Amino acid sequence: MSIEVRSLTKTFGAFTALENVDLRVAKGELLALLGPSGSGKTTLLRIIAGLDWPDSGDVSFDGENALARGAGERHVGFVFQHYALFRHMTVFENVAFGLRVQPRAIRKSEAAIRARVKELLDLVQLDWLAGRYPNQLSGGQRQRIALARALAIEPRILLLDEPFGALDAKVRKELRQWLRSLHHEINLTSIFVTHDQEEALEVANRVVVMDKGRIEQIGTPGDVYDYPATAFVHGFIGESIELPVEVGEGAVRLDGKPLAIAAEGLASGPSRLFIRRHDMQLGPAGSGAFEGAVTHVRSFGPIQRAEVKLAQGHAAIEIDAPRDNRLQVGDIVGLTPRRYRIFNTAE
Amino acid sequence: MTIEMTLRQDRRSAVADSGGSRAAADAGDLRTEPRAVRIIIITIAVTFLSIFVVLPLVVVFAQAFSKGIGAYLAALSDPEALTAIRLTLLIAAISVTLNLVFGLVAAWAIAKFEFSGKTFLISLVDLPFSVSPVISGLVFVLLFGAQGYFGPWLASHDIRLLFAVPGIALATLFVTFPFVVRALIPLMQEQGTQEEEAAISLGASGLQTFFRVTLPNIKWGVLYGVLLCNARAMGEFGAVSVVSGHIRGETNTMPLLVEILYNEYQFVASFAIASLLAMLALITLVMKTILERRLDEG
Amino acid sequence: MRIGRRDSLPGFGLTMGLTLTWLSVIVLIPLAGLFLKTFELSPDQFWSIVTSRRTLNALKMSFGLAFAAALVNLVMGTIIVWALVRYRFPGRRLFDAIVDIPFALPTAVAGVALTSLFAEKGWLGAPLAALGIKVAFTPIGIFVAMVFIGIPFVVRTVQPVLIDLDPEIEEAAASLGASRWHTIYRVILPSLVPALLTGLALAFARAVGEYGSVIFIAGNLPNVSEIAPLLIVIRLSEFRYADATAIAVVMLLAAFLIIFTVNRLQRWAQIRGSATP
Repeated sequence: MSIEVRSLTKTFGAFTALENVDLRVAKGELLALLGPSGSGKTTLLRIIAGLDWPDSGDVSFDGENALARGAGERHVGFVFQHYALFRHMTVFENVAFGLRVQPRAIRKSEAAIRARVKELLDLVQLDWLAGRYPNQLSGGQRQRIALARALAIEPRILLLDEPFGALDAKVRKELRQWLRSLHHEINLTSIFVTHDQEEALEVANRVVVMDKGRIEQIGTPGDVYDYPATAFVHGFIGESIELPVEVGEGAVRLDGKPLAIAAEGLASGPSRLFIRRHDMQLGPAGSGAFEGAVTHVRSFGPIQRAEVKLAQGHAAIEIDAPRDNRLQVGDIVGLTPRRYRIFNTAE
Repeated sequence: MTIEMTLRQDRRSAVADSGGSRAAADAGDLRTEPRAVRIIIITIAVTFLSIFVVLPLVVVFAQAFSKGIGAYLAALSDPEALTAIRLTLLIAAISVTLNLVFGLVAAWAIAKFEFSGKTFLISLVDLPFSVSPVISGLVFVLLFGAQGYFGPWLASHDIRLLFAVPGIALATLFVTFPFVVRALIPLMQEQGTQEEEAAISLGASGLQTFFRVTLPNIKWGVLYGVLLCNARAMGEFGAVSVVSGHIRGETNTMPLLVEILYNEYQFVASFAIASLLAMLALITLVMKTILERRLDEG
Repeated sequence: MRIGRRDSLPGFGLTMGLTLTWLSVIVLIPLAGLFLKTFELSPDQFWSIVTSRRTLNALKMSFGLAFAAALVNLVMGTIIVWALVRYRFPGRRLFDAIVDIPFALPTAVAGVALTSLFAEKGWLGAPLAALGIKVAFTPIGIFVAMVFIGIPFVVRTVQPVLIDLDPEIEEAAASLGASRWHTIYRVILPSLVPALLTGLALAFARAVGEYGSVIFIAGNLPNVSEIAPLLIVIRLSEFRYADATAIAVVMLLAAFLIIFTVNRLQRWAQIRGSATP
């Protein structure tokens, strides 16, 4: 089922959670809403689910106005950050809940419900926990049960609110892969909210990067990483070197001195220069756009991470270089960006 | 907050263990007083409590049985006594039932939603606590008494509220109003709204959500509130005294009967009834402690 | 498209409506009746009722004795809560449970029990009479009853605060050379002050309005041993509704003042960062 969100705005008192948000979700895709806290991603998700209501704007499912209905009628599956399993019910009863509260007219027989619950518990590979209570389960298990419960009602979309946020790193990684393969299997339109970019980039078909209630960029993980559309996206996704520069009179200046970086087509004024850490080419001193002294070196795996104090502006930056450069503290190096972006920051 | 304190002791590991762990039993521990001082303090505390709390309780039973079990049982099976017991139970049943239902409704409205004026509303709910029992009765006399605002109207329609059971029920409802609500609000707030939201998103209606998800989670709080509400309803004296008219055989609850018998120097009978109320108090205390432990384990 | 307020959970309108209705019927309308009645009196009438000799004496009796009783409970309550929290002794748990009895016991039962206990031939009254002290049917009896019902308030307010007290603070004081008495007096007690005052205020408020526990043991002689709530009842039976209302309003205002003070105290405690009741 496809979703369309148009001009959605939501404020909480003086705080604007969402500002004129537009979004289209294609049928069957796995979409990530990525952003820092306060970006509005959870609010957007809850509005789509029907747990919150916008001040203005439209939400439609397959062309039908979704705002006319409450959460129960929208047929969405919602997975909460802290699972929200019914603590006084067994795992089985939790998963069966959505099926048992259906109106008599469409409710399945108890036998059919039992079969479906078993099917779902098998799907999440936790059928052996059917008789346990939520407080007897680990975090990862609870999350999978929450997912099974949401899937029980055969929703048209699956919404997940920071599904792995409360779990530790190893479990998170496992569940990430599991979610991706599950989505591959059931092919249900799904949206999940996360502040963890690694998660978003690894799992999703497309990523929606949000900040302060606005969408900064929508694209595939590759797009968002390699071709960030705004300064925020560049700074938020991946690790970057960020330098404040001044663009004007055909030159890019750092600390007043021009850099050997092309300035055509750039808007004049204060800007930020973004370079990926691994996009800095090392050369002998005197060559390159930047020059600096290595103040700290750390090696891990095939990379050396060096802290370099630039001659220009005395900025301290971190670069990643292949091990065989054998950098040492005190080395003077010349640095040239292979790729870079400059974003104008004037308001 | 103060009301919460009087309603519920947050025992935590409280007296059960902390007295031990925080007590510095060894001499030489920096955090304790010399042994002599400790003994004096303990003695004062125990003596005071024994005189002021234990003795009165013992006196009730001593006096009740002072003429033997026969007299005790006779006093309890006196028709007036039985009527009073029945009336007390009836009033308690009415108060508990109505304040339970409306308490659940009010707790739902207050704990599960955000709205401005919430603190004000909660303080309104607390009002009966801060009003003297006599004044609680007074307000109903002012409304429904012969010279009250609705007095003439009631008289012309031949409805008797005061000096009759309905008046007693109203006054008791007033004084027991806050118990269930105030026991439930912190509990429901603590539990949050996530489970309810999950139920709604799964297609449950409001009522289904309340009965299947919320109610099982708050059952200990409900029992706690009902327990306190019942204890107060059965034991209320001042407010009921003002509205009941003390009509023998008709509008006397157990506490009122205790008063009447005492004033007539029928001490055994008076204390016999009082002993029933005292036993109620003791049972209530025991159950309150048990429920508090359940609630704190939560 | 503009959308009005919606909540994620249903039922707000209905439950709030029912709540407000029930609240109005049982609490607000009756209390409104009280204030309506009050406004029927002119300020002069009000003043003359309240300051009449008998009324003044009843108010003085109620407030004065209640305050004295609350003070006693302050001192005794501190001692009791200290023993219960800090020490171990046989029967400690039992005595801790006992503290709640004055709160749970129906007031009429407490009233007759205390009277029986302190009457001239009573278990405690007799030895006291031998010493020339008459308790029952005198203001002293009222005082005793008020002490009884106030017992739980100081103890229960201070208890959680005392339990949560950081032991390291005492150890620090001791390691800096403070004597035990010094530590208690200068370090521990000050942090208990807000809770103590709250307990005092609550005990006071309760005692002022108390009826059932007190009227049996009080002499109920006008101007001598008559408490304000009793005067209200008497005025009602005389159909002098206006008088009863005036006295009630004075008591209510005092009660609200006390609650206001209690809230202030708690806020003060939070600001000071000290242990909050």
